[in-house]
Amino acid sequence: MTLDKLLVIAAALFCCGLYTVMTRRNAVAVLMGVELILNATNINFVAFSFFLNRMMGGQIFAVFVIVLAAAEAAVALAIFLRMFSTTGTVEVDAADQLKG
Amino acid sequence: MIRYAYIIPFLPLLSFFINIAVGKRLPRKGDWLCLGTIAVALAMSIGIFYEVFGAYDPNFRYHVVFPWITVGDRALLNTGILIDNVTAVMLLVVTIVSTLVHLFSIGYMHGDPRYSRYFAYLSIFSFSMLGLVLAESFLFIYIFWELVGLSSYLLIGFWFEKKSASDAGKKAFIVNRVGDFGFLIGILIIYATCGVLGYDQVFLAIGEGKLTGTLLTLAGIGVFCGAIGKSAQFPLHVWLPDAMEGPTPVSALIHAATMVAAGVYLVGRVYPMFTPDVFLFIACIGLITLFLTATIALAQNDIKKVLAYSTCSQLGYMIMGLGVGGYTAGLAHLTTHAAFKACLFLGSGSVIHAVHSQDIQEMGGLRKKMPITFVTFLIATLAISGVPGFSGFYSKDMILGAALEFGMKSANPLHMIFFIGALFTAGLTAFYMFRLVILTFFGAPKDHHKFDHAHESPPSMWIPLVILAGLSFSFWYSGWFGTLVQKPKSVANLAAISAPAKVATVEHAAVLAPSPHGDAVSAPAGTPHAARPAVHGELQEGGSHAEAERTPHAAAPGGHGEGHGEEGEHDAHLVHMAHTYAMYSSVAVGTLGIFLAFVVYSFGWINPARVANAVKPLHNFLQNKWYFDELYEATVINGSKALSRGLAWFDMNVVDGLVNLSAQLGVFVSFLVGKFDDYVVDGAVNGLASATTGSGSVLRRLQTGKLYHYVFVLAGGALIIFLIKAF
Repeated sequence: MTLDKLLVIAAALFCCGLYTVMTRRNAVAVLMGVELILNATNINFVAFSFFLNRMMGGQIFAVFVIVLAAAEAAVALAIFLRMFSTTGTVEVDAADQLKG
Repeated sequence: MIRYAYIIPFLPLLSFFINIAVGKRLPRKGDWLCLGTIAVALAMSIGIFYEVFGAYDPNFRYHVVFPWITVGDRALLNTGILIDNVTAVMLLVVTIVSTLVHLFSIGYMHGDPRYSRYFAYLSIFSFSMLGLVLAESFLFIYIFWELVGLSSYLLIGFWFEKKSASDAGKKAFIVNRVGDFGFLIGILIIYATCGVLGYDQVFLAIGEGKLTGTLLTLAGIGVFCGAIGKSAQFPLHVWLPDAMEGPTPVSALIHAATMVAAGVYLVGRVYPMFTPDVFLFIACIGLITLFLTATIALAQNDIKKVLAYSTCSQLGYMIMGLGVGGYTAGLAHLTTHAAFKACLFLGSGSVIHAVHSQDIQEMGGLRKKMPITFVTFLIATLAISGVPGFSGFYSKDMILGAALEFGMKSANPLHMIFFIGALFTAGLTAFYMFRLVILTFFGAPKDHHKFDHAHESPPSMWIPLVILAGLSFSFWYSGWFGTLVQKPKSVANLAAISAPAKVATVEHAAVLAPSPHGDAVSAPAGTPHAARPAVHGELQEGGSHAEAERTPHAAAPGGHGEGHGEEGEHDAHLVHMAHTYAMYSSVAVGTLGIFLAFVVYSFGWINPARVANAVKPLHNFLQNKWYFDELYEATVINGSKALSRGLAWFDMNVVDGLVNLSAQLGVFVSFLVGKFDDYVVDGAVNGLASATTGSGSVLRRLQTGKLYHYVFVLAGGALIIFLIKAF
């Protein structure tokens, strides 16, 4: 188990997340892509923390990111609910207006 | 009493204000108030006259000066009063006639809808006239001059519902303006050269030579122009006959006795400043007026018109008298004329009140119906005709004497025309006045309805008549008048030879620094007239010198007064002879006129209608007043109308054309500027806007609003940055 393998996994995860965000039109799916990206960064934080300076800073940061992701998911889902109730869809293409 | 003289004009002013404001609500509509104040003024005038007469000094002067407008320590304009013998007499004349007219008006104006306003107007007139008499400077006499003009206008047009009356008021006002303009020019010449306006100061300045030569003559003629207008002299006499549209007591007060005499009074007041040329001008105007208006009076049938023209003619006598050097004579005639002409006018008012007509051809035989009016009217007529024993004889004879003296002394034989013309007109006067009396009071009544209606007037109307008739006898005037009213020395003639420098400084100090109590220069006898001692001194120390300076022209009106004893034996003889001849000839001519009037109108030896027919063109000419109104209509009025039309044309075509042209130019330039705006400025603005819009419409395509586009760009950008950093 080396740092390189972990970074490759994280990069792959990031690309999957990015791909999901770029290609999916369902807002919930986009949110899931974002979660993938966040978790890719979490892997990086933890990996660097474990292999480079042995300090707990990276791992604490990962915990923060998880909390942040949870909060973000709550806010985002609330937005999607509002969006659905007004426009009848959660397609991100439909949300191209700054008002409404 | 003389200390309180300044109160006199304010009494009528007070009653004017009260009556104009609340007159209608006062008991008897306030007539008692106006009559009361003017009666108090009369009492004060009598008191002043008593004092002046008591002094019995030809040089009597009471002169008070208050600074009116001061700049720093210097009094720029003064006000004050000046009472000498002439003023005292004038005060008495004005207040007596005014009081009697007030009294007469109570009966005459009874029941008029604007009764209280009438009395208010009479009061403002009395105020102005008394102020005019007491004024001590050119400025103040001018102010009051305009005020009497105003009150005259108000009273002529008192019955303004009648168009003829309101027209007459306007005519009087406008014609007077012409003369007043000349007066103003004269005053301005004086002020521009002398820098002062008080009579004494001006005379001193002229004596010092500040104003000489042609300019002095012009100033004199200018001031005299005021008298031409106000005293209805040729060529501005046309307003006075029309002014008879006013109530008859007003005609008596303003247009016979006092206001029209203001012009004569003015000439008397500023007498010392006139040059010989001005005197000749004055005499000529007087002569033309007295002859011309007397001939018009011959052919008039309106009782008031005849009296109006006779007033003009008598004023002409006064003016001519002053012009030929008869200072005392002119002012004496002014005084006597005021009494008998007021009596005539009030008498005519009484007649008009009784028969309700002004046409003498409809009257006749009124002698029995109105005995008091008849007797008083006859006495006044005898006075104006110059019958010995009556006042008119005394004063007219003095004028004729002065005219003859002037003619005899003058080198120019043409100057005898003053005597001849005046003498001939004296005959005419007697003729037309007796024509009036005979047609009105003698013979058989021509209109029986009107005759039966006629009745004697109430006492408030005949008492003034009796008093005025009583004043038409000569014993009231002879003796003292000639002594007290003496010709002032001319400063104009002596300007070159006398230099009263010392007197000047004294006088200036007195005038410029009066005490606050206002009795600074009260000098009945102590400090005599400032100009006088200078002139006297000059004459005493160098009589021969002054004698040598006299031109033949200046002989009579200038240098020396009547009966001064400084003339040579020959002169005294000449004067005496002139007056004797004048007296005999005037009595003869007057008698002839009266006799002729009886021959024509009473005895019927000559039929007036046939005479009038025989000289029809002449009769028409006279009846139409020498066509003066028509002449003015054709020249002045139509001239000014044509001028107005010309100016209107100029306005409409040239001025408006210019304005329109500039407007068109403006429109054209605006059009160009508009085009510039439309294409260049707006083009720039629109171009900018459309460039912005265009670039916006291109650039907006980048902003798709699609989330994955942004993510793609974000990721692409990050990748590019990574690749740049990596290699």
